[in-house]
Parts: sequence; C-alpha cells; structure tokens
Amino acid sequence: MLERLYRIFTSLKLTVVLLALGLILIFWGTLAQVHQGLYDVQNEFFRSFFIYWHPAGSSARIPIFPGGYFVGGLLLINLFSAHLRYYKPGARKIGIAMIHLGVVLLLLGQFLTDMLSSESTMHIRAGETKNYAEASRSFELAVVDTTDSDSDKVVAIPAKLLAGGGTIAHAEMPFTIKVKKFFVNSSLSEQSTNGFAATGADAGFGADLYWVELPHETAMDARDTPSATVEFMGKSGSLGTYLVSGFLRSQQFEADGRTYDLALRPVRFYKPFALQLIEFRHDKYAGTDIPMNFSSRVRLLRPDKGEDREINIYMNNPLRYAGETYYQASFDRDDQGTILQVVHNPSWLTPYFACLLVAFGMIWQFATHLLGFARKQKAT
Amino acid sequence: MKSALKILPWFFLALFATEIVVVMLPKGEGALHTKEFGRLPVLLNGRIQPFDSVARNSLLQMRSAGDVPLEFVTNKLGRVEEFPGWKFWHHPKKLKSTDWLLEVFFKPEAADTRPVFLIHHPDIISELKLGDKGIEKSGLRYYTFSELEPALPEIERQGKNADEVKDEQRTTYQKQIVKLSNAIMLYGRLKNSIQPQDTHNFRQLIEEYKTTLPGGLAAIRAQQSGEKFDEEAMMKFARLAQQFDVSSSLALPLVVPPLDAEKERNGWTSTGASLLGAMRSGEIHPAVDFLARMATAYAHDNAAEFNSAVAGYKNWLAPKFEKEVRKGRAEFYFNQIKAFLHATIIYISALVLAGGALLTFGTWPQLSESLRRSAFYLIGLAFLVHTFGLVFRMILEGRPPVTNLYSSAIFIGWGTCVLGWILERVYRLGIGSAVAGLAGFVTLLIAHNLALGGDTMEMLRAVLDTNFWLATHVVVVTLGYASTFVAGVLAMGYVILGLLTPILSVSVSQRGAGKNATGAETNIGKALTKMVYAIVCFATLFSFTGTVLGGIWADQSWGRFWGWDPKENGALLIVIWNALILHARWGGLVKERGLMNLAIFGNIITAWSWFGVNMLGVGLHSYGFMDSAFNYLMAFVGSQVALIILGCLPLSAWKSFQKSAEPPVAGGLEKMAG
Repeated sequence: MLERLYRIFTSLKLTVVLLALGLILIFWGTLAQVHQGLYDVQNEFFRSFFIYWHPAGSSARIPIFPGGYFVGGLLLINLFSAHLRYYKPGARKIGIAMIHLGVVLLLLGQFLTDMLSSESTMHIRAGETKNYAEASRSFELAVVDTTDSDSDKVVAIPAKLLAGGGTIAHAEMPFTIKVKKFFVNSSLSEQSTNGFAATGADAGFGADLYWVELPHETAMDARDTPSATVEFMGKSGSLGTYLVSGFLRSQQFEADGRTYDLALRPVRFYKPFALQLIEFRHDKYAGTDIPMNFSSRVRLLRPDKGEDREINIYMNNPLRYAGETYYQASFDRDDQGTILQVVHNPSWLTPYFACLLVAFGMIWQFATHLLGFARKQKAT
Repeated sequence: MKSALKILPWFFLALFATEIVVVMLPKGEGALHTKEFGRLPVLLNGRIQPFDSVARNSLLQMRSAGDVPLEFVTNKLGRVEEFPGWKFWHHPKKLKSTDWLLEVFFKPEAADTRPVFLIHHPDIISELKLGDKGIEKSGLRYYTFSELEPALPEIERQGKNADEVKDEQRTTYQKQIVKLSNAIMLYGRLKNSIQPQDTHNFRQLIEEYKTTLPGGLAAIRAQQSGEKFDEEAMMKFARLAQQFDVSSSLALPLVVPPLDAEKERNGWTSTGASLLGAMRSGEIHPAVDFLARMATAYAHDNAAEFNSAVAGYKNWLAPKFEKEVRKGRAEFYFNQIKAFLHATIIYISALVLAGGALLTFGTWPQLSESLRRSAFYLIGLAFLVHTFGLVFRMILEGRPPVTNLYSSAIFIGWGTCVLGWILERVYRLGIGSAVAGLAGFVTLLIAHNLALGGDTMEMLRAVLDTNFWLATHVVVVTLGYASTFVAGVLAMGYVILGLLTPILSVSVSQRGAGKNATGAETNIGKALTKMVYAIVCFATLFSFTGTVLGGIWADQSWGRFWGWDPKENGALLIVIWNALILHARWGGLVKERGLMNLAIFGNIITAWSWFGVNMLGVGLHSYGFMDSAFNYLMAFVGSQVALIILGCLPLSAWKSFQKSAEPPVAGGLEKMAG
C-alpha cells in the first residue's frame, strides 16, 4: 500500500495531471476575472485549497475543483519525492535538479508572499506630509480621545468586528458601542430619493443624511465604502446614535467630560518616517493625451536617524525603503496629489534566486544536449 | 533537364531579388514634387512623422488600403467596379497616399470625389440610401464624400447613438456606423489641418490678415479702454481670426514647428493657432508662409511655385530641425518600400515551393531537391527583407522590436522564420522552409490587419516606457510564442501529411530511392517528431525565461513578482503547457502522435495568450484591446481542435501508415516512436 502511494507520488503521470489541473485552474481563474475582479479571483482560485460552488439559496459550500494551494502543494510533494527516487548524482542530471529546485523555490516563494506580504496605499496631496499608509480594502472605526492636546489615545476597531454586530467594549473607552447596522458597501445622499433611506442616526452628520446599501465591488479600480450606524452607551444610557462612513470626515462627541473624534476610515499603518510630496507630475506626449510619465518627487524625513533627502518615484522606478516598496500607482484627478502603493514583501528575493537556478539549469541542460546532437550530426 | 533543375533555385532567387532591388531604388519626381512634400515632418500622435505617414495611416483607417484607385470598369450588372487586381499585366492608375492628402488639404473639391469611405454593412447602405452609388471591389463598397454628404446628419445621429453604447456591447451595425462617422470626422479634420476649409487662395487670405492685423488690434484695444474704435476694421479682423480659430481646433497633424528649436523642441502647433498667435508677436511664422505658398500653388496647378515653396520650406527647416527632417525622409522611404508586403509575397512563394518539394519527395527526387533548394533560398531572402523592415522600424522608433500587438506579430513572424531556416539547415527536407513560409505569411497577414487600426508606431504609455524590459522580457516571451507556434505548425504538417499522403514513412537516409522504408529509423515522420521535441524544449526555455523576466519587471516597478494578471497568466499557461508536453513525453504517456496532438493544442494556448487575453479587457496589461479578431480566434481554435480530432484517428486511417501489407509493422512504428 505504502509502496503504491510512493509510486503514485513519484510518478511523472501525477506531474502531467497536476500540470493539466494547473492549466485549467489558471485559465478558469483568468476568465473569472472579467466578472469577479482580480482581487476576489486571487483569493478564490489561487490562494485556496478548493474552489467552492455556492448553490443559490443555500449556505452550503461544495468543493468542485482543486485550488492553487492544492495543486501547488501536490506538485511540491511530487517534485521532492521524484527527485528522492530517481536522482543520481552526475553531470548529466545536475541541470534537471537545478531547474526543479528553482521551481520549488518559485512555488514556495509565492506561498510565502501570499502569507507574509501586505499591500497598502499612501495618498499624499502636494505639500502634505504623511507618516502612515492606509489599507486599500479594510476599514476600522477609530475612536480617538483628543482631550489632551499633546497626545491622542486611539482605539481602532476593525470593520470586520462591526460587521458581526453586537456590542463592543474597550478598557480605554468609558462607554460601549452598539452596532445597529453595517453595510459593507454603501452610498450616502442628502436626499431620500432613489432608494436612499433614513439612517436612523440621531446625532452627528447622520441625522440629516440618507443611505443605501450597495453590492460588493469586484472591478479592479473600484473599492467598497462601508457605512454603519453605532450607538454609544454611557453609564447613564444612550449618548446618541451616529452614522459613521468611509465618505464622512471625523465627527466629534463628548462623553464623561472628555472629547472624542470618531471616524470609519481605512486601516492605518504608521511608519517611523514620513513622506512629503514636493511635486506630482503627469507628463503627456506633445499634442496628445497619451501619458508619457507619472512621477512624484517626495522628501523622506526620518528625524531619529537624521535622514532628510529627496527621492523621485516614477513608473518602473519605485522607492525601496525599510523593507517596503513604494511605487507610483495612481494620482488625483487634479494632478495635485499622488497615490503610492506600499508593498511589504519580506520574501521578495526568493524568485530572483529561483530564476537564477532555473536559468543555469536550463542552459546547462540545453548546452549538453545541443553539443551531443551536433556531435551525432557530424558523425552521420 | 538536369541543368535546368540546377538553375531553377537561382532563377527564383534572382527573380525575387531583382524585384526587391527595383523597389529599393530611389524614384524620380513628377512635375509636382509631391514626394518631397510627403517627406516633410509634422507632429502627430506625439511623434514626428512625415506627411506621407499621416496620409497612409488615415487612408488605412478609412478605406483599409494605403492608396486610392483612379481607374474603374463597369461590370456585367452595370455596377462600377475598381479595376480588378488579378489583371496584373495592367497597372491601373492609383492616387498615392501623399497625392491624396495634398488634394484633401488644398483641392478639397477634387478629394470629395475620391472613393475613400468603406461601408460594408448592407443595413447601413440601404438606410443611407446608398444602394445605387459607390464603387465595388470584391463585395466591398467605397463611397466618395460627395455621395455621403446628403446622409451626413443621419450618420452623425446614428454615430452618436452608437457611441453611447460601451465598445464591447456594440452590434456589428453600431461598430460600423461608429467607424464610418470616425472616418468622416478624420476627413474633416484633415481638410482643416493647413488652411481653413474651402479656402481657395490661402496666400491671399494671409496677406489680408497681415494688413488687417494692426488696424484690428488697435480697434480692439480702443474698444477695451472704452474709446472710439474702427468697427469695420475690427469686424474684418475678427472674421479672419474666427476662421483660424475653427481650423486650429480641428487641425489633426501639427504642421508648424516651434520658432525656437532649442527651447521647446516639441512645441509644434497648427497653422490656425500660429496665425492667432501672430496677434501677440505681430509676425507670421515663416513655415505658415511656405505652407500658404504651397496651398495656393497647388490649388492653381502652378508646379514651379509649388516645388519652389516645398524646397524653400525644407531649406528653412533643415538647419534647425535636422533630426526631424531626417526622420521624415527615413520614414517616407520606409513607407515606400513596404518591406513586410514584399516579405509576405516571398514567404507564400517559398511555402508553395516547399510544399511541392515535399509532395515530389518520393516520386521525383531531383525535382524535389530543386524545389526544396528554391524554397530554402527564398526563405533566406525573405529573412533578409523581413529583418531589414524590422530593424528599420526599430531605428525609426528608437525602441526594441516589440512595442505593441502589431510589432509582436512582425516579430513572431521573424522568429518563426529563423527557427524554420535552422530546421531546414539541419534536416534538408523542405519542412523547415514550409514552416517558415507558412508562419511568416500568416503572421505578416495578421500584422497587416492590425495596422488598419491606425498608426503602428504610436507612443508607448507610461508603464511600458522602458527599453530595457522591452528588449529583454518582451523579446524573449515573444520568441517563446514564436517557437511554440513553430512546434504547433510542424505538428499540423505531421497530421495533414500523415493522413493524406504516404510521406511520413518515406525514408530520409534513402532519399531519392523513392521507396517506402517502413519502420526504418530515419523516416520523415521520425524526423518531424525530433523537430517538434527540440522546438518544444526551446519554447520551454524561452517562455519560462520570458515569463520570469516579466515577473522581475513587475517586482521592479510594482513591488510584486506575480499578480495573476491575465497577461501574466497567459504567459504562464504556455510555460506549463510546454512543461506538460515534455513530462508527458519523458513519462512515456504520449508517443509520436500524442506529442503532435499536444503540440497542436499549444497553438490554441499561444493564440489565446497572444490575442485572447487582450479581449478580456481587464488587468494592468490590457493595452491592446480589440474586438473583431475574436471571431478569427474562435475559427482558429476550431480548426486546431478539428486537427487534433483527426490526429486521434486510428492508424489504419493514415495513408502514411497503411501502405505496408502486414499490420504489425504499423504497430511496430508506434512502438519505435515511443
């Protein structure tokens, strides 16, 4: 039995089957992007063990096809065991071994990237200085105690917690927060037309606004903007129901003689340094609207290390700093602000090593084969 | 007979080489120096190009051909037709692209009678009541502006309606009407690009402007400060200024170079804008003066004056804009020689000769060898012509070979030609030449159709603007496409030849013996298998390296190695498919025919990665969106699937394997192949 299993796992047949499955998976995953968008497809097809089918009207999840981790994982096992079984040291096989080791590294590297990397954005207006990046897709409810003018106390509640409903308490807050309603994606209006309904808020901006729930966005260039109504419960009862939303700036309220700022905002990642946007440029080719270049001249400020220098970030030339990559991703419509994508990927070097290994292996293999072929041709 | 067969290859080579030399020789001018005009540089699409490129690309967009016919015949049904192309002994008169543009600029009433608007949707023709008008050519209808004029409001209305529908949701009718209304718009803009439309004497108009300018300006200043002003002088001036304003807003190529070549090299402008600018400077730009002289001289058929104005302008331009003038001349030459068209003709001829060589391989070996040699020489010539065009384009653009879909087709054709030529050198069977001929012909045909979208040397969008990655990633990945296609074409040849002819079992070593050496180790089928296997190895190397280089580019510019973007996935599919073929072969899962069928499926995957992903219109790479090619892609996929099904037929259905009387031999062949 074990013998048979060993044979299956080391067989070339399994390799071919897995490659074919990978092929179908990638093809399907590419087609699915038309409707589902790149981000969702990545999670559903490539960063998963199975692709699930959700029958309409039921909450069942039925696995119908192996996902990226399943195929990739089996390929890894197949590769390792096949080499254990067949590998014989010697000049002829060393190329093959190098190629496969490189492929292993590539697969592992992609897995590590999925596990360890994170992406966020930094939006800076011209002249502005920022010391934090914001998550592209996840929001948090920030409750900031601003009573002391020299330091703020921040309690950040992930939007996922709000989505679960219920009541939220924290030692730093002299009140609890009761989530009344939460929309993953929403729109606000000042009028109650086109399906916009009253929010039910009785304090803050929300008292005069109307809202509507929108379906989850899947397009590459679109994002969800969540909204929620939350009620603050002090010792002596309700302190008011507020509308919080990704569309609104922060609102102030008082409790227990202290002042709080309240905002539903993209999750923030603070940095030990700051970037100031000196100038954003959007150059076009003469006489056309075809973009020639987008570039951001920024000033990097890090007082604790005495760093203060200017950097130009443009297409194909990102800033790599403190283990992160800042690249030119987008810009404001008025060309007065830049949006930098911030990628943190500790395993970014693995593909480079992997590629070198595979390249050397392939060159070795083909060179030896070609020489052999040339010799044979000469002989005949 | 023998010596005739020996000379034949050289005869073919000399024939085609002579044609190429004749094409490349410089041509003389007529009474009007229109070629010299066609070489003058202008700025359009963000790049310097000659008037001739403006003309050619506009014509390609409007009528899918680079010139305008002048000779017509009436057919039996009483319809006016373009002079039929198959009567090659008679060269019908044609209006060259630059000559047509000159008419549009300076003799619009003549240009309005040229059949340049292509309509081939029957509903549009009947709706616009054009059924009894127009000129036919192979079922297509071409109309003149005068014929369309009564229908302009309706075309505009329909065009606007269709324009509101998203590109990918438009019906064929809507696409056609949008194309037609765009063509009419383009025509109108060209008419206004040098002088205001319907001007008969541009020179005189400018003289008038010069004289009214001081008075008009004084009157405006007086009016603004509330003093008494000369109303007539102001009105006269304003009427002219308004004409220039309209023409400057419509002008397409920017024809007036900046006055200060050092300070703002790219600050080209239109004649209208330059004339309006004269309000501030008080001076007319010398270029506008020259162009006005050309306009008036051309409109009044004054060849001497036209030629002197063109020469004068060139002499004025040359010292300051040496680079631009050189670029204009070079691109004009490139347009004239049509290197890729000539390469296409040589490729198809080589394909026919190589096919002949293969078919006579067993029956008339001497002729077969003569034809094979002819095809081989012609592929060599086609390679030279193709390379010349490719390198010329690269120099004109200042870019590596592949920058857009059009140039990728050109480059894939070039890569297949190189691979086919090498295969032919090694195997000397005619197969390599046939592959090079077929792939070269088809890819250049695809390129020709892609060029109908307009300027193929368009400027690169910001993210692609990096010669290093274009030269490495894009080139290598495109070579990966090319080699996968070569393997696929070889496999197609295997299936077709194997099913329909006994050629696969003809021995290679006993070439000329004319016997079916069933089971001999070195028959053509075996040779093809070796070729496919070797090419698949190459394809794996190129596509893997290219894909990985793409990942490194992505990491360098976006901070991530892999993002599952459609174009990246497309390249990965090719890598995986080639790896699958190799592993299936090593594992003994497929033998000869299985390998061929897998290689044919590689064609589908490569075509999908090359074109299909661009049709999805998602992701960072979706720069080459296109719609009408979808049907062709589906047809191609269908044909390949059909070939695979044929390839799965039992051996008894294969002519190449059924000749021998004893069935075990056929089985033995199978085993040998494994």
